[in-house]
Amino acid sequence: MDLSFGPEYEVFREEVRAFLAEAWPAGSGGQESEPAAQKRFITAAAERGYLYRSIPKRYGGSEQPFDPLRETILTEEFERSGAPWQLGYQGVGMVVPTLLEVGADWQREKFIAPTLRGDFVWCQGYSEPGAGSDLASLRSPARLEGDEWVINGHKIWTSDADHATHMFGMFRTEPDAPKHGGISYLLLEMDQPGIDVRPLRQLTGATHFFEVFFTDVRAPADWIVGERGQGWQVSRVNLKHERNLGGGSLARNRFRRLLDLARRTPLHGRPALEDPLVRDRLAALDCHVRCLETMTLRKVSATYNDEEGKVGLPTLVNKLYGSQVGEQLVQLAYDLIGADGLLAPTDSSWAGGSGERSNTDWIDEYLYSLAGRIAAGSSNIQRNVIGERGLGLPRDLRSGDVRPRS
Amino acid sequence: MRFGLTEEQELLQATLREFAAKELPAPRLREIFDAGSGWNEALWRSAAGVGLQGLAVPERYGGAGLELLELALAFEVLGEAAMPGPFLGHALAGLALSRGGSDAQRERWLPKLASGEAIGALAIAESGDAWDPAEWSAALDGGAVRGTKQLVDHAAIADVLVVGVAGGGLALVERGANGVHIDPIDGLDRTRALARVDLDGAAAEALPGGREVADAVCDAGRILLAADSFGAAWKLIEMTVEYTLTREQFGTLLAQFQSVKHEIANLAAETEPMRGLFWYAAHAFDHLPAESAAAASAAKAHVTDRAVHVSRQVIELHGGIGFTWESDVQFWAKRVLFDRSWLGGPRAHRERLAMLENW
Repeated sequence: MDLSFGPEYEVFREEVRAFLAEAWPAGSGGQESEPAAQKRFITAAAERGYLYRSIPKRYGGSEQPFDPLRETILTEEFERSGAPWQLGYQGVGMVVPTLLEVGADWQREKFIAPTLRGDFVWCQGYSEPGAGSDLASLRSPARLEGDEWVINGHKIWTSDADHATHMFGMFRTEPDAPKHGGISYLLLEMDQPGIDVRPLRQLTGATHFFEVFFTDVRAPADWIVGERGQGWQVSRVNLKHERNLGGGSLARNRFRRLLDLARRTPLHGRPALEDPLVRDRLAALDCHVRCLETMTLRKVSATYNDEEGKVGLPTLVNKLYGSQVGEQLVQLAYDLIGADGLLAPTDSSWAGGSGERSNTDWIDEYLYSLAGRIAAGSSNIQRNVIGERGLGLPRDLRSGDVRPRS
Repeated sequence: MRFGLTEEQELLQATLREFAAKELPAPRLREIFDAGSGWNEALWRSAAGVGLQGLAVPERYGGAGLELLELALAFEVLGEAAMPGPFLGHALAGLALSRGGSDAQRERWLPKLASGEAIGALAIAESGDAWDPAEWSAALDGGAVRGTKQLVDHAAIADVLVVGVAGGGLALVERGANGVHIDPIDGLDRTRALARVDLDGAAAEALPGGREVADAVCDAGRILLAADSFGAAWKLIEMTVEYTLTREQFGTLLAQFQSVKHEIANLAAETEPMRGLFWYAAHAFDHLPAESAAAASAAKAHVTDRAVHVSRQVIELHGGIGFTWESDVQFWAKRVLFDRSWLGGPRAHRERLAMLENW
């Protein structure tokens, strides 16, 4: 084992820290939610090669050689400072890598640079009321009429749909093909007749998700990524080289905030941190966070040393385990705030950042942790994946296998 | 940068797995388990054939001179195999001598410990769950030691006992010395053999290394127990995968039921992340002294505690057969209970972790 990154990397870390201290000073209050400040910061960070590293310069990226240790340092330092990574996860995290991987040249030219600048804001049209975990059963149709796709149907859980300029989504273009083979990956503009965006209010009270209804919505025929009927495969293409090295530093930062809460929250006239039960739960959580940190280290090491085959199982369990640890963490926070838990939450989790949390911010985080069980593949779907791909247990019976009782 | 095993380390584990598969087939493990002493001389001798007893003994004394990380990787395999025998106390006695012994003490004992010709044991616990060097009260005075040591693993067959004494020091007591009384205890985990050791003015020779060595030996033990439990937990999960892929109910394999599949997935999702936890603790022991104690307590508390959880779920998944003496599952279920309690339970180690983190 050798945990040192070497002097060259320590110099790099110092450079990143110095940059962040100046460009994103701690406690700069309010800055996080100011789009103009975010844009300035992102541009400056990309110019220095800290962001958009896997994206070619001609598309507005910083085109840096792949280097898992630099990625790790950047993740840790940005996480620590609470600085933003990108303008809109859906665009930078999903559309851009998909286009880089399978998009046509003209699509990359047209869409990537404005997305990185934050001029194009994307929302994702995947889930439908009848297609959640069983996503491939989606039905919203798109049919080609002349040189346009004509799109109908209904998407749901669409974050950012209220201000997105574009949508990427999966639509059924080959109604006669089998389930997975009848889907295409299309891009479309949001500002056009026939699109109706309706807010969904979450149980936190905030509105970050929307429903989108389509009535003869149009998209140019060549705004398809990949071939007709290949949308399912296209949607599996994901960000390969950035920020997928695990969530160890994220969990550690949340744990530090929890520790601060335990320090400043009184219990029986003393700081809660001195209470034996609280200490026991904190220490148990610290062990879980150490597990996440070392799992991240394993993944970084495997990537760096070209041994990715050795971290198959950690990759499979990361989402389920990480969300469970996250939930235990906010559960303790919620217990610590005591009767303040009766108050309505502040709408703060969505903003992210590393600033100090008020008690009502913790309530929001507590409620929000429920979404961790559901979004991006529910916990029960994760269990299927771990069991089937990780342990060789049999696949679930599929709908086709189930015969009605005679 | 590397936080993963080298080819040599993987080879070490492969060699030991091969040894365990060959020398400890299930019927033999059951035989030893049923006999109840945890001791099998033939097994001990064949372990010496693959160098198991000398892994961490310095090369100049006939060992392989490996670090605690490699020793922990070996203990992961011992846990997988539920290997009976005095390996734990033996390894820790060797560590105490190589870190804290005088040249003469090392010359005298380490070559014999490395070859397995002599057996070492660690006698530290006192009544009231007093494992920590700060809590030891056995008195070493003028070359004689007085006190009672509890829960000493394989004391009855040990040639040399490394005894914890008041002030956190360590002393050597030889087999057959006057004033040593050993009373076997009927222990839960029959791959180990516990005994109470009464020392009534027994001849004892202090190790020059002081409290620091004792602390290190205890931390090493905690890490080895975590590694052992990690191996045991994965073994239990694998046994369950195998069982549910053969056993049928309602006309279908148990593994086909989502409730079963998901429970096994939960166990894997909690177990696999602990691999890095004990690796890190062992690495810290070898190279990051400032972090070592906290990492050892974290690994001990967490891995052994969760391994016990795994064992209980696994017994449920095996159904009625899992509750019988006939089922092999009990070997590992009891092994991890030993790992959890020996050298201090999870609650004590979580508090130690909190203290070490200055909370």
